[in-house]
Amino acid sequence: MGTFHVRLLGDRIFNLTTLLLTLVGLSILVGLVIALVLNSALSLKAFGWGFVVGTDWDPVNERFGALPFIYGTLVSSALALTIAVPLSLGVAMCLSEMAPVWLSRRLGFMVELLAAIPSVVYGLWAIFVLGPWLRDRVEPALGATLGFLPLFQGPHVSVSMLCAGVLLAIMVVPYVAAVCTDVFRAVPQAQREAALALGATRWEMVRIAVLPYGLSGVIGAIMLGLGRALGETIAVAMVIGNSPRISASLFEPSATLASVIANEFAEATSSLYLSSLVELGLVLLAVGLLLNIVARTLVLRATQGRFGSEG
Amino acid sequence: MTAKPAAQARRIRWRKTKSDLMMGVTVLATVIALLPLFIILAYLVTKGASSLNLAFFTHMPAPVGEKGGGMANAIVGTLELIGLASLMGVSLGIGAGLYLAAHRGSRFATVARFGADVMMGVPSIVVGIFAYTVVVRPMGGFSTLAGAVALAVIMMPLVTRTTEEMLLLVPQELREAALALGVPDWRTTLWVVARTAAGGIATGVILAIARIAGETAPLLFTAFGNRFWSTSLTSPIASLTVQVYTYAISPFPDWQRQAWAGALVLTTIVLALELGVRWLTRGSAHVAR
Repeated sequence: MGTFHVRLLGDRIFNLTTLLLTLVGLSILVGLVIALVLNSALSLKAFGWGFVVGTDWDPVNERFGALPFIYGTLVSSALALTIAVPLSLGVAMCLSEMAPVWLSRRLGFMVELLAAIPSVVYGLWAIFVLGPWLRDRVEPALGATLGFLPLFQGPHVSVSMLCAGVLLAIMVVPYVAAVCTDVFRAVPQAQREAALALGATRWEMVRIAVLPYGLSGVIGAIMLGLGRALGETIAVAMVIGNSPRISASLFEPSATLASVIANEFAEATSSLYLSSLVELGLVLLAVGLLLNIVARTLVLRATQGRFGSEG
Repeated sequence: MTAKPAAQARRIRWRKTKSDLMMGVTVLATVIALLPLFIILAYLVTKGASSLNLAFFTHMPAPVGEKGGGMANAIVGTLELIGLASLMGVSLGIGAGLYLAAHRGSRFATVARFGADVMMGVPSIVVGIFAYTVVVRPMGGFSTLAGAVALAVIMMPLVTRTTEEMLLLVPQELREAALALGVPDWRTTLWVVARTAAGGIATGVILAIARIAGETAPLLFTAFGNRFWSTSLTSPIASLTVQVYTYAISPFPDWQRQAWAGALVLTTIVLALELGVRWLTRGSAHVAR
């Protein structure tokens, strides 16, 4: 049975080829982690754990500490989420519970367009429009009303932590809103009908039937948004001012892990300098991966059955 | 129930008002969230269009201080980077997607699928560092190839997951019908199942292209950028995104004007891809993000 063997051979070749391509893909992920660890060896050896808590970033004297960037990353992301999460929840509720289907589809489409705008375009817009607006309107107003808090003190400049945080919020909203909408839509209709049958108003239905059911998915969505905010590079690098200092005021310039890598990597002169920048990347990767794994598991659980294995 | 009817009616009225109020808040949130889209598009059109002319597409960047010039090299560079990255990213992605769909439930496939999901969460700047260490360093300098590798790594997991999802949407009966006719397994997969899912897979590929077309961070120290004309694989190459970035943070008004023009072109390309795909597959496809 010659032809039969030829057939099996075809199957085997096909299987082997696709297996090989999958292996290449997986090895890229593994290789990525290995490459970052190997290339930060110099800095890992020189600074050890002190790298993560060191506050100096001094390329001239080759003293490197990551704390200012970790601080900048955390604060800018926290600020972004503080603004983005309530907005995203509002959008998701509007799209899944309020708007008629035809409107919901159109609004959902606009949310996706917002997510599609390249980050360098967001950055350009923020340099020339958002930053000056925050400096001239928002920062004076915040200083006048909440100026007793250290958060809102200091001179008003257009490149600041505040500008980076607000821009990140705008960029993160479409992601969080889209996932939350999916999560809310996956809530069984019977849950809503049961609440309505008990006499709940529409808002009470959302509060007692939809929100608790989708809670873990919403938390996952927020973590996905956090992952985006932590890793966003070019838009932040364009507006945060890139100064490696820890300062309580949101009006001051700052820097994030991603923004300092973007700014200094191509110009890093010594191998220890380069190695320290790679280690910053390693920190970013570790935090990003951890967040993503937890977040995707949560979202998967919340939307399961609706999109199969879709995250 | 001893509550007075009047009090009860007031309470119901209050609950209804509260409900309407909260629903109004969600509408307000949606308006606020979408506002930046319209503001940004308006600025792009007004600021970008006034600096956009034929020279922008056909001329090289002008030296500092000289007026005029264009981004011809960056437009070609972006196309070359996308083409090269797609060559690698799409073939790897579709191959892996075919494997994942065929071996659903096997332990290795589960690990690989998880790996693809994890890869989607790797910040793009970190992918840039990776490409720097495996391509730029061994080759001794920034290059088109390094930029394309970085973009391909970003592209691959997106294409893999979309391919898998689309293949799984194809009804099992179709596959069984082909097998019953004596068509070999691999030909069934390629000529029946994959062909049925081709539209959805193409959607995923185009969206992945739209995504990498807008990437700046992973190109900064891989493709680097180039003020001169170059299409060589082994030398640095200009791209629209990096050019817009460089011009945007420059102190020269003429360059800043060009940055707006570049941003308009870039956004038009990305949104056209996105809009085109959405319009073609209205309501059907649900692709990986």
